[in-house]
Amino acid sequence: MSAAKKSDWDVSDIDTWGPERHQLGATIPVAGNSEEVETGGWRSQVPVISPEKCTGCLLCYFYCPDASIIIEDGKAAGIDFEHCKGCGICARECPAKAIAMKAEEKE
Amino acid sequence: MSGQNTETLAVTGNEAAAEAMRQIDPDVVCAYPITPQTEVVQLYAQMVADGKVSSEFVTVESEHSAMSAVIGAAAGGARTMTATSSQGFALMWELLFVASSYRLPIVMTTVNRALSGPINIHCDHSDSMGGRDSGWIQLYGENHQQAYDNCIQAVRIAEHLEVRLPVMHMYDGYVISGAIGPLVMLSDDQVQDFIGPFTAVNPLLDPKRPVTVGPFDGLHGWYFEHKVAQNRAMDRALKVIQDVADEYGELSGRHYGLFEPYRLDDAEIAIVVVGSTAGTTRLVVDKLRAKGVKAGMIRMRVFRPFPHAAYASALEHVKVVGVLDRADSFGAQGGPLFLEIRAALYDNDPRPQVLPFIYGLGGRDIFPDNIEQAFAVLEKAAQEKGRTSTGRRYLNLRED
Repeated sequence: MSAAKKSDWDVSDIDTWGPERHQLGATIPVAGNSEEVETGGWRSQVPVISPEKCTGCLLCYFYCPDASIIIEDGKAAGIDFEHCKGCGICARECPAKAIAMKAEEKE
Repeated sequence: MSGQNTETLAVTGNEAAAEAMRQIDPDVVCAYPITPQTEVVQLYAQMVADGKVSSEFVTVESEHSAMSAVIGAAAGGARTMTATSSQGFALMWELLFVASSYRLPIVMTTVNRALSGPINIHCDHSDSMGGRDSGWIQLYGENHQQAYDNCIQAVRIAEHLEVRLPVMHMYDGYVISGAIGPLVMLSDDQVQDFIGPFTAVNPLLDPKRPVTVGPFDGLHGWYFEHKVAQNRAMDRALKVIQDVADEYGELSGRHYGLFEPYRLDDAEIAIVVVGSTAGTTRLVVDKLRAKGVKAGMIRMRVFRPFPHAAYASALEHVKVVGVLDRADSFGAQGGPLFLEIRAALYDNDPRPQVLPFIYGLGGRDIFPDNIEQAFAVLEKAAQEKGRTSTGRRYLNLRED
């Protein structure tokens, strides 16, 4: 059996599920679905990239626990704000100091 | 089938349970190897060392870890067993709920012994009765034979796809666990054929089909629905327990129900009792019957799920029921079994009187005379007009 795809387990109407439709023991029977959990709302600080300082070493990309660094043309080009928790690891690890943490401005 | 084995062995209750474990030969056994553990896993460790079983035997640093480790192994896809008693059971507490809510078919032998304090190592049912709402199926045995028979049946019940819940089976500490009694065993092949191969549901150790076990349910998740699913599995387990018992009866010649009535058909007064004291009670019932007293008995076997409708039916003609609890529920109207029986009979018309008796805490002996005293209370209550006080009555308590 090959790896189950996200689409094999359609949870789009899970709010309407009764007890019998859920997986035994609340097991999640597919992998690769953590991106469906939007953790951006946890953020109190936000990373700001200075593109002119980025050397393209990609350390931020590898250190980011939420795979939220968007790379374009070999350089840090942006942040996936639906998943970035604002932990600041990217700013801490960047050797070129191309990422700074600023206070999140909540609407 | 070749003829049933009738060779009777003389073993301790713990040896009976360990022999059942040997014949089941689970994939993984995790246990804390020091007191308050029982002789069961000590004997099993010897079997592992002697190469009599193929189990992975994991010794851990506490009973909390023992239950954690079997949960991990079961989630990984293994058939798992462990054993515990008393304080060890209490230390497993939070993991008991994890095992049942993950729907892992773990089988655990529990030797019933008192909880501290004062420090006491003797028999009562406080340990497993305290775990009655942990989501585990609970089978209580009376003697050595049932310590063996329940252990084997527990595997089939736990692993049944309509159930998939952990099962604990109990027998009385020392009275059964350490004392020698008769045992008739099935052959190793018969046990293996009866339990069959184990198939895990959504096992963790399947790299081709990755799953997450035990996830956070979200801030507004489906915990409630999962709890209802657990309870529905408990409801379905009643039939499964009986079906497994019937199949086991055909195999072994030893037949079990959800409970065991004794001389109940025309009884006017009856005692409901758990564990080894059932033997003493049967003796007293026979003595009273010889005097013309219409006394009867039920030995409780399955406590979770509780077969309330079957009790309501079995006891409908009885005027007064006495319930003997070897554990108390402090501040409640009576002991755990009393509360269940009284609730089960509430809708009966006429409604029998149900009186609570507490006995045997911390291993206090229970003699036939004590059971006769209980029956005397029931007999008096049956003759009186009006209803008798339902305050606790204690058997063999030292009183000023």
